[in-house]
Amino acid sequence: MAPLTVVSVLVAGAALAGCGQQRDANVYTVLNSSTDDSYHGWDAATLGRCSKQLGISIEQQSVPAAQVMTKSLRMASSKSLPDVIQFDASEMPTFAEAGGLVDLRSLGLSTRDIPKGIVDFGSYKGTYYGAARTVNTLALFYNKDILDKAGLQVPTTWAEMKETAKKLTRGKQYGIALSAGGAEDGVFQFTPFMWSNGGDETDLATKNVAGALDYWKGLLKDGSLSKSTVNWTQADVNDQFMAGNAAMMINGPWQVETLNTKKNLHWQIARIPVPKAGDASVGPLGGAILTIPNTGDTAREKTAAKIVQCMSSEKEQISYARNSWMVPANEKAAAIWRKEVPELDALADQVATARSRTTKVGARWTSVSLALQSAFQSALTGQNSEAALKKAQARATSGN
Amino acid sequence: MSTTTVTAPAARRAVSGKKTDPLRARRRRRLSQWGFIAPAVVFMLLFFGYPLVRNVVMSFQHYSPSTFFDGKAPFNGTDNWSKVFKDDLFGKALWHTIVFTIGSLIGQFGVGLALAVFFTKRFPLNGFLRSLILLPWLVPMVVSGIVWRRILDQDTGVLNSFADTLGLGGHTPWLTSPGMALFSVILVNIWIGIPFNMVILYGGLQEIPKELYEAASLDGASAWRTFRSITLPLLKPVITVVLVLGFMSTIKILDLILALTDGGPADSTQTLGTLTYQNSFVQLDFGAGAVVGNVLILISAVFAVFYLRANRSEGK
Repeated sequence: MAPLTVVSVLVAGAALAGCGQQRDANVYTVLNSSTDDSYHGWDAATLGRCSKQLGISIEQQSVPAAQVMTKSLRMASSKSLPDVIQFDASEMPTFAEAGGLVDLRSLGLSTRDIPKGIVDFGSYKGTYYGAARTVNTLALFYNKDILDKAGLQVPTTWAEMKETAKKLTRGKQYGIALSAGGAEDGVFQFTPFMWSNGGDETDLATKNVAGALDYWKGLLKDGSLSKSTVNWTQADVNDQFMAGNAAMMINGPWQVETLNTKKNLHWQIARIPVPKAGDASVGPLGGAILTIPNTGDTAREKTAAKIVQCMSSEKEQISYARNSWMVPANEKAAAIWRKEVPELDALADQVATARSRTTKVGARWTSVSLALQSAFQSALTGQNSEAALKKAQARATSGN
Repeated sequence: MSTTTVTAPAARRAVSGKKTDPLRARRRRRLSQWGFIAPAVVFMLLFFGYPLVRNVVMSFQHYSPSTFFDGKAPFNGTDNWSKVFKDDLFGKALWHTIVFTIGSLIGQFGVGLALAVFFTKRFPLNGFLRSLILLPWLVPMVVSGIVWRRILDQDTGVLNSFADTLGLGGHTPWLTSPGMALFSVILVNIWIGIPFNMVILYGGLQEIPKELYEAASLDGASAWRTFRSITLPLLKPVITVVLVLGFMSTIKILDLILALTDGGPADSTQTLGTLTYQNSFVQLDFGAGAVVGNVLILISAVFAVFYLRANRSEGK
C-alpha cells in the first residue's frame, strides 16, 4: 500500500511539475460552504479517502453559503480559482454563463445511473457542469403524537391540509408552520405550492400562481399559520415545530439532525399535499453540486475531475446521505439508502418528481426570486394576491 | 529641560545656515515637510481615493459576473443610474433611510444624553450600572439582531408575552407588519446606539469645570437653566462629534436590518444600505449597486462638509 502511494505521488508530481506555476503542484483545493462543524467534518473525511485513493492532497476551504459566489468571482479575477467549487445548484447558471465552468462530460465524467432530473439539475443550457452527491427537497413533517391524539389523518390535498391545520390550531399551537421570509428560504417553500397548482416562474401574473398564494393567505386568515411566518427562516420553522408550537411544518431533510436531538419528539414525513386528489406533488430540487472552474490548466482540471468522480461515487454518496439525511443522486445509491432509512421514503418519492428552480429561467432566477419574495410578503400582509404578483412579474422582467 | 532640547537644534541650524545657502535650506525643509505628509497622502489615495473613484466609474459600467473573467466592463452611459432611479424600490429605500437615520439619531442621542447627565450624580453602584449599560455596545451587531428578532417575535417573543401578562394585549406585530417593522428596527438600533452616545457625552460632561455649576447654584439658577446655559453650550463640540459619527454609522446600516427582517416584510425595511447589498451581492449587478453606493457617499459627503464648517467656526 505504502509504496503504491509513494509511486502515485511521484507520478502525479512529475505530471504536474510543468504547469502549476502559482498553484502548489500536489495540493488541490475544494471550495464549499461546509462551515457547519458536522458538515465540515463529513467533507474532511470524504476528502481524506479521496486523497488516499488518488495519491494527492486535497484541502477544504469553507466559506458561508452566501459568500461562495462572491468569493469565487474574486478568485476568478485574481486567477487563483480553486480546483473544485461546490455551488448551490441555483447559483451555478450565473457562474456558468460568465464562462467560469468546464463541461464535466468533456473531462470524462459520466452521467450513467443518474436520473435525468438530477442531470438537468447540474446542467445549464444543455451542458453538464455540476455533479450532485445528494439532493434534497421539501416535505410535510408532522408531529405523530399530536395527530394521533386528535384522531386525524395525514393530509394529502390542500383542502384536507387546511382542515387538519385548523383543527390542530389551539392555544399556543398552530396547525402548520412554513417560512415566508424575505429570502430564498421563503421562495423555496412557495415553489411546491406554485408548481403543484400549475403555476410557473416564467410568468408570475397568472391565476395559478395567485391561487397558490391565496391558499397561503387562507391558512393565515384561519389562524392556522402564524403571522410571524413572514419573518421566519426554515431554521426558525424547525425551532417552532420542535418547541411544539406547530403540529405540522414544511421543511427539508437538513433539519433531521436537529430534530433527532429531541428524543421525545415523534415526527414523520409525508409528501406535500396537492390542490386536488390525483395531482402531482412537485417540489423544488435543492442541494449543492460539484463544479470544476475554468482555470485553463487542462492537466489540473483532469485531476479535479477525478476528485469530483471520487466525491460523487456511489460509496461516498451513501456515506454523505447517511450523515446529512439527504437523498443520493445516483439511482443505485438511492435504492440502497432507501432500504436503510425507510422513514424518509416520502422524501425519496418527492425527489423523484422534484424540479430544478433554474431549468426554465437560468441565470435570471435571482431576479424572479427577489420579485416573488416581495410579492408574497405583500400579499400575506394584506395586499391583493393578483395585484402583488402583477407587480412582481413587471419587476422580474425589468431585471430590478 | 524641554527648553534646552528645543533650542539646541535651532542653534545648530543657525550655525550651519551660514555655510549652505538659504534657498537650499528652505527647499530641504519643504522637502522634509512633504516627507512627513507623503505617507498620509499615499494612504488616503490608496484606500480612499482609489475605491471612491472606482465606485464612481463602476456606476457607469456594465459590470457583471463575466467581468471577473474577461476583465471587460463596457461603459453604458447612465443606464445604471436611470435603472436604479426608475425602480420604485429606490424611492422607498431612500425614504426608509431618512426615517431610520433621523429616528435613530434622535432616540440614541436623547436617551444617551439623559443617561450621561444622570450618571454625573454620585450614587451607590454608579460605576457598576454605567458599565452594565455599555453591554449592548459589546455585542456584535448581527448577534443583537438575531436576539432581538426572537424577542420581537409576534407569537413566541418575550416582549409580547410580557405585555400579555401585564394585560396589554400582547399581539403587537413588531416585525411582521409592514407598517410597524421599520419602527421596530429603529427601536433596536436606538438600543444599540445608546451606550456610544452616553459614553462620549459623559466624557464631555466631565470636562466642564465644576466651578461653573457652583457659581450657577450661588446665583440661584434652576436645574433647567443650568443645563441650558452651561451644560449644553460647553458640550456643543462633543455633541457635534457624537451626532456626525452617529449619522455616518446609521445611514449605511446593513447587518442589523439583514439579521432582523432581511429588508422585509414586503420591502418595508429596505434602506439604501440593504439595496446596495441586494444589487451587488444577490443580483450580482455591480453597476447598479455602485449607483446606490454613490448616492450614500454623496449624502455622507454633504454632512461631512457641514461638520467641517461647524468645526471651523468653533476654532475661530
